[in-house]
Amino acid sequence: MTGLLAAVLAGFAVAAVAPFVARFRWSGWLLALLPAALTAYFVSLIPRVTAGELVTESIAWVPSLGLEASFAVDGLGLLFALLICGIGTLILIYGGGYLKDDRQLGRFYAVMLLFMASMLGIVVADNLLLVYVFWAGTSFTSYILIGYYHENRVARGSAQQALMVTVGGELAMLGGFVLLGLVAETFRISELLGQGAAVRADPLYLPILLLILAGALTKSAQFPFHFWLPNAMTAPAPVSAYLHSATMVKAGVFLLARLLPVLGGTDAWLLILVGTGSLTLLLGATLALRALEVKRVLAFSTVAALGMITLLLGIGDREAVTAAMVFLVGHAMYKGALFLFAGIADHEAGITQTRLLGGLRRSMPLAATAALLAALSMAGLLPFFGFIGKELVFESILHLGGPMAVLLLAVAVLANALLVVVAIRIGIRPFIVRRDSPAAAGHEAPPSLLAGPLLLAALGVTTGLLPGLLATPVVSSAVAAVTQVPTAIELYLWHGINVVLAFSLLTLVVGVAIYLWRGTARRWTAWLEAGRRYGPEAGYGSAMDLMQRGALGLTRRLQNGYLRHYVLVTVITPIVLVAAVVLAALSRGSGIALGLGQPEIRPTEVALGVLILVAALVAVRSRSRLGAVAALGVAGYGVAIVFLTFGAPDLAMTQVLIETLTVIVFVLVLYHLPGISDLGTSGRLRDAAVSLSFGGLMTLLVLATLMPEGRETISAYFLEQSLPAAHGRNVVNVILVDFRALDTLAEIAVLALAGLGVLVLLRIHAEHRAARR
Amino acid sequence: MRSLILITTARLLMPLLLLFSVFLLLRGHNEPGGGFAGGLVAAAAFILLAVSRDPGTARAALRVQPQALIGAGLLFGVGSGLIALLMGEPLLTGQWWTIDLPGMSLYLGTPLIFDIGVYLVVLGATLTMVLTLAEEGEFLAERNRPGDHQPGAG
Repeated sequence: MTGLLAAVLAGFAVAAVAPFVARFRWSGWLLALLPAALTAYFVSLIPRVTAGELVTESIAWVPSLGLEASFAVDGLGLLFALLICGIGTLILIYGGGYLKDDRQLGRFYAVMLLFMASMLGIVVADNLLLVYVFWAGTSFTSYILIGYYHENRVARGSAQQALMVTVGGELAMLGGFVLLGLVAETFRISELLGQGAAVRADPLYLPILLLILAGALTKSAQFPFHFWLPNAMTAPAPVSAYLHSATMVKAGVFLLARLLPVLGGTDAWLLILVGTGSLTLLLGATLALRALEVKRVLAFSTVAALGMITLLLGIGDREAVTAAMVFLVGHAMYKGALFLFAGIADHEAGITQTRLLGGLRRSMPLAATAALLAALSMAGLLPFFGFIGKELVFESILHLGGPMAVLLLAVAVLANALLVVVAIRIGIRPFIVRRDSPAAAGHEAPPSLLAGPLLLAALGVTTGLLPGLLATPVVSSAVAAVTQVPTAIELYLWHGINVVLAFSLLTLVVGVAIYLWRGTARRWTAWLEAGRRYGPEAGYGSAMDLMQRGALGLTRRLQNGYLRHYVLVTVITPIVLVAAVVLAALSRGSGIALGLGQPEIRPTEVALGVLILVAALVAVRSRSRLGAVAALGVAGYGVAIVFLTFGAPDLAMTQVLIETLTVIVFVLVLYHLPGISDLGTSGRLRDAAVSLSFGGLMTLLVLATLMPEGRETISAYFLEQSLPAAHGRNVVNVILVDFRALDTLAEIAVLALAGLGVLVLLRIHAEHRAARR
Repeated sequence: MRSLILITTARLLMPLLLLFSVFLLLRGHNEPGGGFAGGLVAAAAFILLAVSRDPGTARAALRVQPQALIGAGLLFGVGSGLIALLMGEPLLTGQWWTIDLPGMSLYLGTPLIFDIGVYLVVLGATLTMVLTLAEEGEFLAERNRPGDHQPGAG
C-alpha cells in the first residue's frame, strides 16, 4: 500500500479514534495534524501533476464484479484535494474551539473526519462506482452533521430534507453511472475520458446525461433543488463553512468538471447547465438580498456562486473552465472565512441577524478584520483573489460572443452586484458601523476560532497579489484535466484598463447602489415570497406527506397488530413467489428436476420421523401454549438428531442451541400472553392450508437442490480446498468464515439489526410507560 | 420464586459454559463448533444467570452493554476483511500466518478474527433480545402481582 490509498483511508482510520482524542484539551489542534499532513502530501504531488503525470494506484476490491479500488490524481483532483485537506485542517481546529464544552464533540470529530475522507475519495477515485460510494458517504455524514443539534426539531427536519434531496439525486446518478459504464465498457474514469465522442453519439447519451445531472445538480443545490442548502444552516458554523460552502456542495460541480470531456459540448449540456446555472445565480443572489439571518444570507450567496460555476462549466470552453476553477478557489477561501466569522459572531456575541452586526472592529478586531478582507475578496476588489475570479468570468462570457453573451453578461453583472451587497452587509458594514452598547458586541474569539478565518482571508490577499506562486500551476493543470488539452494559464491581477475592468467597476457601482436602496429592492422582489407556498420546497413537502400517508396505509394493512397476521404474510409471500417460478417453469415445459433417487431408509430414521410428526401434531392440537412450545421443542430436537445421524454435527449443535434459546424466550413472555383464542373451523383450515403449502414448498426446494445431474456442484471444490487453501478440516466452518465470509458478514449484520430492533421496540414501550407515570 | 439449587448450579455452570463457548469458538475451524455455536453457548451462560437470579445480575456480570458487543463483533468481522484489502487482495480473502512450534505448525489467520466477530455478534444480539424481553417480563409480573397494585401505574 502506498501514499494515495493511505491518504484516502487515513481519515476513516483516525475517525475511529477521534472520540477518544476529544477528551484532550487540544483535541482540535491534535486532530488537525491529519489533514495538515494530507495537505503536505498533496502539495508534494504538485510538481508531478503539473508535469502532466497521472498519479494512479489500484487494488482489486471485488474482482468478480470488476470492481477495483483505483485512485488517480490529475490536476482537477489535486485542486480539490488541496481545498479539502487545507480547509479541513482549519475547520478541525475551529471545531475544537467552537464546540469546546459540547458533550457531542467526539461525534463531531469522527463524523467530520469521515466526511473529509469521503470527500477526498470522490475527488481522487478513478472509478465511477467508487465515486458513487464516497458520494453516498458525504450524504450520510452531512445528514448527521446538519442534524447535529438533534434535540431540535427544525434541525432534524432540515437534515432529513437535505438527505432526501441529495440521496434522491445520487440514486439517479448511480443509474447514469451504470449506463455510462455499459456504453463505454469501462468504469475507469481515466479510460472514460478518451471516449467522449462515442458516448455522445450513443442513443443512451441523453438519459445518461439527465441522470448524472440529477445527482450533480441536487448536490450543488441548483434550482429547483436549491432549498435544502439554506435550511442546512441549522448545522454548527464549522459544518456550514466546510460542507455547505467550501467542499461538499462543490462535489456536484466537481462531477460536472470531471465528466465534461465525456458528456460536455453538446446542445443539451449547454442548454441545461447554462439555463440552470444562470437561473440559480440570479435566484440565489436575490434571495441572499432578502434573507436577514447572517448564515442564511451566506447560504443563498453560496447557492448563487454554485450557479455561477455551473453556468461556466455549461459553456465549457477553455476560458470558461479557467474562470470556473479560479472562481471556485476564490469562493472556497472567502466564503469559508465568512462562515467561520458568522460562527464567531454567534458564539462570542450572540449575533445571528445581519442588522445587528456592528461595532465589531472594537470588540473583536481580529475577527472583524478577517471578515473585512474576505468580504473585499467576495466583492471582487483589487488586490484580492476574488477580483481575478470575477475578471475571468466577465472575460470568458465576452469571449463567447453573440446574443447569448449579452444576456449572460447582464445576468453576471446583476448577480455579482447582489453579491457585493452581501459582502457589504456581512463583512464591510460590521467593521465600519459603530454600536452604542459595546458590551453587547461580545469579545475577541480565542486563537482556535481565529486561525481559520484569518488564514483564509490572508490567503485571499496573498494569492491575489502573487497568483503565480501556487494558484497558477494548480489551476493550469486542473484546466488541462477538464479540457483534456495541455494548457499553461497565467493568472494576472492587473489586466490593464479594458472592457473587463469596466464591467468590474459597473458591478461595484450597481452593488453599492442596490445596497443603499436595499429596502426598495426588497419591496420589488417581494413576489418571490410566493415561492414559499408554490415553490419547489412546498412541492417537496407535499411529496413527503404523500409518501408518509402511503406508507401509513400500507403499514396499517400489513401490520394490523395481530402476530398471527404477520406470520401469515411472511409465510405466504415466499409460497407465492416460489409457486410463480415453478408454474413459469412448468408452462415453458422445462419442468423442475427433483433428486428423488433411491434412498436407503434406516429404522432409526423412521423412528425419528414418527417422533417429529407426532410432536408436530401435538403442537397443533395442544390447547395450552406451554404444551405447544414443549411439543415444538421436541420436534426441533428431533430434527437436530436427524442432522446428527447424517453426519452434520455443526448443524445439530446449532439447532439444539437455537431450540433451547427459543424455549427460554417463550418461557420469558409466556406468562404474559393471552390464552389461545379459538379461531373456529375456517381459521384452522386456513392455517392448515398455509402450513402444509409451506412444508410442501420446503420439501420441493430440498429435493430440487439434491438433484445431482446436469449441474456442477461446488461442494467438491469446498471439500477439496478446505484444508490446503483455508487450513481447516471443518468444511462447514471454513465455508462460513472463509469461502463465503461475505454472506456470513451480511447475516451477522442482519442479526445485529434484529437485536437492535427488539431493543428499540421494547425501549420505546418502556419509555412511553415511564412518560405516562 | 428463587431456587437455591438453580442459583448454585448456575454459579457452578457459568464458568464452565463460558470456557466451553471459547473452546467451541477456537476448535471450530477443524472440529464441530465455531463462532455461531460458541456465541450461543456464551449467551446461554448469561441467560442462565438471568433466569436463576434476575436480568440485572446478568447485565452486571457481562460488564458491557450487549449492544456494544454487537458493534464490536461487526467491527471484528469487517476489520478482518479489510486486512486482506491492505495486503492487496480482495476483501475477506483469508490471510494466514504460520507459527512454527517444536513438533507442530500453528496456523493463525484472519478467519479466526472473523469468527470472533461472529461470536460477539451472536452473543450480543441474543443477549440484547433476551435480556430486554426478560426485563419487560419482570415489569409485567411486578404490575400484575395481585394485592399490590399501584394506582396509576401502567
